[in-house]
Order: sequence, then structure tokens, then C-alpha cells
Amino acid sequence: MLRPEVAAPGAVKVASGDLRRQRRWALWSAYACLGLFCVFFLAPPIYAFVTSLKTSQEIAALDGNPWLVRDPTLANYAALLGSSTFLRFFWNSVKVAVIVVAVTMVIATLAAFSLARMRFFGSTVLATGVFLTYLIPETLLFIPLFQIFTWLRDLTGIEFINRWWILCIVYPTLTVPFCTWILIGYFSSIPKELDEAAIVDGASTLQLLLKVFLPVALPGLIAATIFAFTVSWAQFLYPLAFTTSIDQLVLPAGIVTNLIKGDVFNWGQIMAGALLTAAPPVLIYAFLMDYYIAGLTAGATKG
Amino acid sequence: MAQAAAIGGAFEERGASRGGGLARRRARIAFLLCLPLILLVLALVIYPAFYSLHLATLNKSMTRFVGLANFAFLFKRETFWMVVEQSVIFAVGAVVFKALIGFVLAHLVHRLPQRGQRAWRGMLLVPWVIPPAMSTLVWWWMYEPSYSALNWLLAGMGFAPVPWLGDPYWARFAVILVNVWYGAPFFMIMYLAALKSVPAELYESAEIDGANAWQKLIYVTLPMLRNIIAITVLFSLIVTFANFDIVRILTAGGPRDMTHVFATWAFKLGIESNDIPLGACVSLFMFPILGIAAVFILRDVHRRSRELAGVAA
Repeated sequence: MLRPEVAAPGAVKVASGDLRRQRRWALWSAYACLGLFCVFFLAPPIYAFVTSLKTSQEIAALDGNPWLVRDPTLANYAALLGSSTFLRFFWNSVKVAVIVVAVTMVIATLAAFSLARMRFFGSTVLATGVFLTYLIPETLLFIPLFQIFTWLRDLTGIEFINRWWILCIVYPTLTVPFCTWILIGYFSSIPKELDEAAIVDGASTLQLLLKVFLPVALPGLIAATIFAFTVSWAQFLYPLAFTTSIDQLVLPAGIVTNLIKGDVFNWGQIMAGALLTAAPPVLIYAFLMDYYIAGLTAGATKG
Repeated sequence: MAQAAAIGGAFEERGASRGGGLARRRARIAFLLCLPLILLVLALVIYPAFYSLHLATLNKSMTRFVGLANFAFLFKRETFWMVVEQSVIFAVGAVVFKALIGFVLAHLVHRLPQRGQRAWRGMLLVPWVIPPAMSTLVWWWMYEPSYSALNWLLAGMGFAPVPWLGDPYWARFAVILVNVWYGAPFFMIMYLAALKSVPAELYESAEIDGANAWQKLIYVTLPMLRNIIAITVLFSLIVTFANFDIVRILTAGGPRDMTHVFATWAFKLGIESNDIPLGACVSLFMFPILGIAAVFILRDVHRRSRELAGVAA
């Protein structure tokens, strides 16, 4: 703004014009580069969508551009949505996800409330331990867990393996540690004066949690809920290892084990199934992107 | 009443001691609130982790203690060393490219005008949002030898078709490519958030000192992002090292077992071949990397929880 008042306006204008051209060039090269990466990132979902609109004949025909569809059809989607197997997988996934999210949020909220505000013997160790637990991958635990459940069956007579609800028992190990960690961060950022005021007004611990912490930390709760949902929706190893029969399987594992059979691949249906499975998390992401990203980055950027 | 008093204790941290009974009751409530978490972690994480140590020392039918015989057996198998090699190549290769691409993307997005950033960021994060098992299916279809959409593109550019999953070395490349595709957006988001927290004054003063873009990157951005880069790389190394979905769906370990990583091989031995002790043995090899990571992270977390304690007190 002050530039025109500088002694030699002409020279400055040339320089700033040069700078502007440089900036614009840099901006356009950034756009071009980002565009290329977008193509790379979005090509698989787009190709899945194109394939899902094709008939088996069109997929099998080797002539023409595979990235285009000539006679689009919704037959693949109709076949899936009309198949009791797919609907069964979907329903099992929904049940598991809802239960896991509920369990996770209760455990994580209580623990985070305690760890963020109160102290007891070993509470700092626990907070650290929670974080380390989050790093133990499920690929390390599925074999001992499998054996433990077999052992429990022999002990109690209850069948654990190949029951959909077993997933509700094991998934919280994947969701609770990180959700607790996110919520500790959100809860500690609430000013202490707020709970002091509530307690002066005679609030109990429960009221303090329900009426002060939960509303104030709502963004954190939403972020944690989204995280728990996406993890339990996308989990692949546990259902593959623990469930086998069609009526007990959940979505990703069900699609992989049941739509791919023998030598004949019905690629159109497989792609439609993959897209329908991806739809819930993608929709959540589309509508709640900021919470989704807040949950992603909360783990590392706080501190 | 008693309850209210107990909560009142919440403020006692600064007041030190206003009667040991109150503090003890408050601590008991705090502990009870954490109890579900503690039980979950003990029963379903800590116990299984140690149980797998025990399992690894049993014979196949799990009736007899064989000591380290399973490990000795593994060390003699060529496949085992191939799995070690491939796990390292897979994890290190994928993480390096994810970090590089993520870093470049974060910079590019950061440079855009503010209102455009959201849309670009939204599009670039899509691979991370799709359940990896499902996107791997799509990649599998794109790699498919006779109908490969990728080979069609290559042919259009005048290249010979590539046996993506048929040739062991191409298959190794193919699984890494999928992992990079899936994970790079996560790095981008992390670095973008970190870039936004670098104070603009630093760049301004560097500019006044005559720093060019490269110097700003080396002397301002990298030092400021050092922590976040270290921690995301470490996290990603663990997760990638333990990756299962991609290799399992794309190649199931083939061709000639050359794409097996620890997780898929453990699954094949432990669940599919019913040799639980041997499977447990294989998965135990993921511990060392975890241990190393834990040391670094513990340092960071300790600092962080001290800060938290500082805020709370």
C-alpha cells in the first residue's frame, strides 16, 4: 500500500510486477503439480466407479479404453443390494461399529476425564502406557488372541471364534487408546476455572463430566467418535482371522473372501462392493472433514 | 455430600493436603474411572503380548515346551530371511516415499491461497479415508495382467506391459506403491498442520536476511518441523512394518513367497497352516522395531505429560 509513495515509483512498479509474475508462475506450477498428484490419488476410486458401471461382457472385451464405460448399468449395485449375503455383511458391520463406538467412547471418556484432571498412584504411567498401547499393532496380537479365545471356549463352553460379536471385544483395543489420548488433550485444554465454578454451584463429579466437560469438549468427542468408527469399519485382519461363515462376516473381509471365489472374478460386482463399503467413511469424511482431520492430527501435533 | 467433597478434591493439587482421607477417596474415584481402560489393556493387549512369548516356545500341537526350537527352525529357513528382507524393504521404502511426497504436497498446498486450500486438501486425503482393504482390491484390479488399466496407459505411452504381480520384483514394487498411495496423504495432513504452526515472522526475518527459498526450507522449515517429522516417520514405520491388508490382498505373499511381510507370513503359518506357535514366533519379530520406537516416543511423551501436569497443577 505504501509502495507508490516510495521515491522511484516506476522502478518499484517494474520490480513488483516482476515479483507478481514470478509468484503467479510459482502458483501455477503448484497447481499443476497438485493436479498430477490428485490424478494419482483419485485414479483408483474413479476406475473402481467406472468398472462398477460395466457389464461383465464389457469388462471382458479387451478392445477400447478401460477407463471409459460405453453402456453404463446399475446392475452390479442392484445385484449386491439385492443379495442377502452382502446385506448380511453390511448389517454385521453396522452392529459391530455401533457397539464398538459406544464402548470406546464410554471407556475413553471416563479414563480421559480422570487422567486429565485427577491424580492417583500411577496415573502418569498409565497416560504414557495408553499411548504406547496404541502403537502395538494388531498383527502382533491376533495369534495369541486367537489362542486365548480357543482356550476360553474349552473353559466355558461358549464359542468365541466365528461369532461376529467377538469383534466387539477385540476392536476396542484398537480404538480406545487413541481416543483416550485425543480426549485427554481436549479435556486438559478446558480451563480449570470452569470446573471450579461448577463445583461451587454444587455439581457432582458426574454432573461436572456430563454438563461441563462433554459439551465443551464436543469437537474432541466427535473427532474420537469418527476415529473409532472408521477404524472398526475398515478393520480387515481380525475378521479374517476370527470369523469365517457368511452370516458372521463383516464388510471388508466379507467382500474379499466371498466375492472373490474360484477363477471367475465378477469385477463389476467386486468394485461396486468396494465402493459401497467405502461409502460410509467417505461420507462422514465429506461432511465432517474438519473433525476428521482434527482427530488425525491431534495425536501428534499437541506438544 | 461425600461425593461433592470428593470432587472438591479435584482442586487439591495446589492446596497440597486438606486431609488425607479426602485425597484418598478422590484418588479412588479417579482410579475407578480408569478401571475399564486398565482392564481392557491388561486383558486384551498386555496379556496376549506376553502370552505370545509363551506360545512361541511350544511345539505345533502346543503340548510340549520346546524352548527356542521354533526360532532355530525359522533361522534355518530361507523364507524367513526373505521375509525379514522384504519387511525392511517394504517398510523403509514406503515410509521414505510417503514422507517425501507428503512433505512436497504439504508445501504445495500451504502455498495456495487460503480459500483454495480446503478443496485441495479434501481431495488429496481421499486415499487415506477409503478402507485400505477396499482400495487394495481396486489396485489389484488395476494390476490385473490381462485387463490391466495401468498397462493400457503404459501401452498408450509406448511402453511394454508390466507383469505387476507376476514378477517377484515388480510385485515388491507394486505393494510398496499401494502403501505409498494410501499413506502419503496422512503425511501431508500432518506436515500441513505443522507448517501452519510455524510463525510467519521467522520467514519474514529470513527473507530480510536475504535467504532464498532453499535456505528458508533448510534453516527455518526443517528445524521447526523436526519433531513432527520424527514422530510421523516413527509412527508410520511401526504401522507399515506391521502392515497386513495390502500384501495379503494383492499377492498373499507370492510370487515365490517374495512379497511376504511378517504379518502375512504369521497369518499364513499361524491361522491358515494351524501352527500357532510358529506364527506367534514370526509375529514376535515385530517387537524390536516397537521397542526402538517406544524408547523415542517415551521420551517425547514424558515431556508432554510433564507439560500436561504443568497445565493441570
